Amino acid sequence: MQTGTAAVERVFREEYGRLIASLVRRFGDIDIAEEAAGEALVTALEKWPTSGVPPNPGGWLTTTAANRAIDRIRREKLRDSKHQAALMTHDDTPHEPTGPVQDDRLRLLFTCCHPALAPEARIALTLRLLGGLTVPEIAQAFLVPETTMGQRITRAKKKIAAANVPYRVPEAEDLPERLGGVLTVLFLVFNEGYLASGDGDPVRVELTGEAIRLVRILRQLLPDEPEVLGLLAMLLLTDARREARVRQGQLVPLTEQDRAGWDRALITEGHQLVRQCLGINRPGRYQILAAINAVHTDAPSADDVDWSQVVALYGQLARLDDSPIVALNRAVAIAELDGPGVALALVDRLPLAGYHAWHATRADLLRRLGRTAEAKTAYDEALAATENSAERAYLARKRGELV
Amino acid sequence: MTNYLMSVHGPAEMEEFGNYGSKEAMEEAFAATGAFNDQLKADGYWVFAGGLQSGSTATVVDGQGEKPVVTDGPYLETKELIGGFWVIDVPDLDVALKLAAAASKACRGKVEVRPFDGLA
Repeated sequence: MQTGTAAVERVFREEYGRLIASLVRRFGDIDIAEEAAGEALVTALEKWPTSGVPPNPGGWLTTTAANRAIDRIRREKLRDSKHQAALMTHDDTPHEPTGPVQDDRLRLLFTCCHPALAPEARIALTLRLLGGLTVPEIAQAFLVPETTMGQRITRAKKKIAAANVPYRVPEAEDLPERLGGVLTVLFLVFNEGYLASGDGDPVRVELTGEAIRLVRILRQLLPDEPEVLGLLAMLLLTDARREARVRQGQLVPLTEQDRAGWDRALITEGHQLVRQCLGINRPGRYQILAAINAVHTDAPSADDVDWSQVVALYGQLARLDDSPIVALNRAVAIAELDGPGVALALVDRLPLAGYHAWHATRADLLRRLGRTAEAKTAYDEALAATENSAERAYLARKRGELV
Repeated sequence: MTNYLMSVHGPAEMEEFGNYGSKEAMEEAFAATGAFNDQLKADGYWVFAGGLQSGSTATVVDGQGEKPVVTDGPYLETKELIGGFWVIDVPDLDVALKLAAAASKACRGKVEVRPFDGLA
């Protein structure tokens, strides 16, 4: 059987998080794990194209990488007791996860998202170690120079080793808060992909796709955590609208989107998850956001959206999270229910002058109120606050339509 | 096990009653810190701890030249200095951070947690 380089790399990428996580557990060191994984890839690229992909590629990669790691430790005569101990141990742990909380990837995910690490480092480390993205890919996704991203990741790994950040799923009493940190990281990865902050591609599917993949893994590992289900539902229902959201390089607002272009399979799955959350009845931030998205995706047309339910859900969310961003989104829904004047009064009170969406919302409300001159100024401010090309194109068109 | 320094940062100059505001508040903080120390010892995490006199009592010595140069004052002229510290010996950073949270509450100050490269 012939196997091309691309196929080998795809398998490697799929298995990367599991591979690194099991090597980190075994050798207690991220650098050793990454290097050994890299060597296993080189070997796979040599062998698989002629011998074919082995029946259990993940197991093959793990065994090969572990042997390389042991070789390296022997070669370098690392005297550290931890490494010596690893050498002595015969690892008979099966490659497949043995139970939800035992999974090595879950431990590593909690390590990558540890609150002692800088927030931007948590995102980068998660994409690197669990997503298997390369440093150049992550640097490109976040529009920072490769050296900066490399240093950020190296520094975080050094802190994990030196400060002894554990590879462990937190204890039950700490789990809700620490899980919140993990969900935040995965949500931010998705957001950066869905409305990229730079002037490159307006949507970065490598980030949205990776975030969904990692949340799906998290759901397998913690199948009964309603906030995990909620985040997955929210991401699926948002991603379902991706194709309809940009038309000819311009962002299309939700109410103007062609609903026939939405991905029905993702919507069905998202709605099922929302129903599952309702059954568990332990509401939380992501579940409420998922429910809001479910209301939107449930309506056959923009005129059929049940805005009173959307406003009620945002009210529920605002009680959990008093951030001005939630208040802004609530005001957008209130504009549909009570009119743009009521909404503008709410929006103007919010301390969000540095946020492009605040200016864009004000611009839209002022336009609807016929306050054209003020609307133009607000569109200009919104344009100055975002580099996303699709959003800029949309804002420029709306501004140009004002007479 | 890893050793960590937990250092408490506070104003460089002490007011009356330390920086606690009143005699009662100071005594409460001392009692809470004492209780925290007892718990550290009971849990087997204790290595060493102490409170420091104010920054103005510090002296800097540079012995790298031929003759030592002695200078009055703390090494860095800042508004905030280390006021006291613990050295602990715990399994990992999660344990250290939990202890730091309790230490911070007890002594009424922010606590910096930093791993040792090694202990002599």
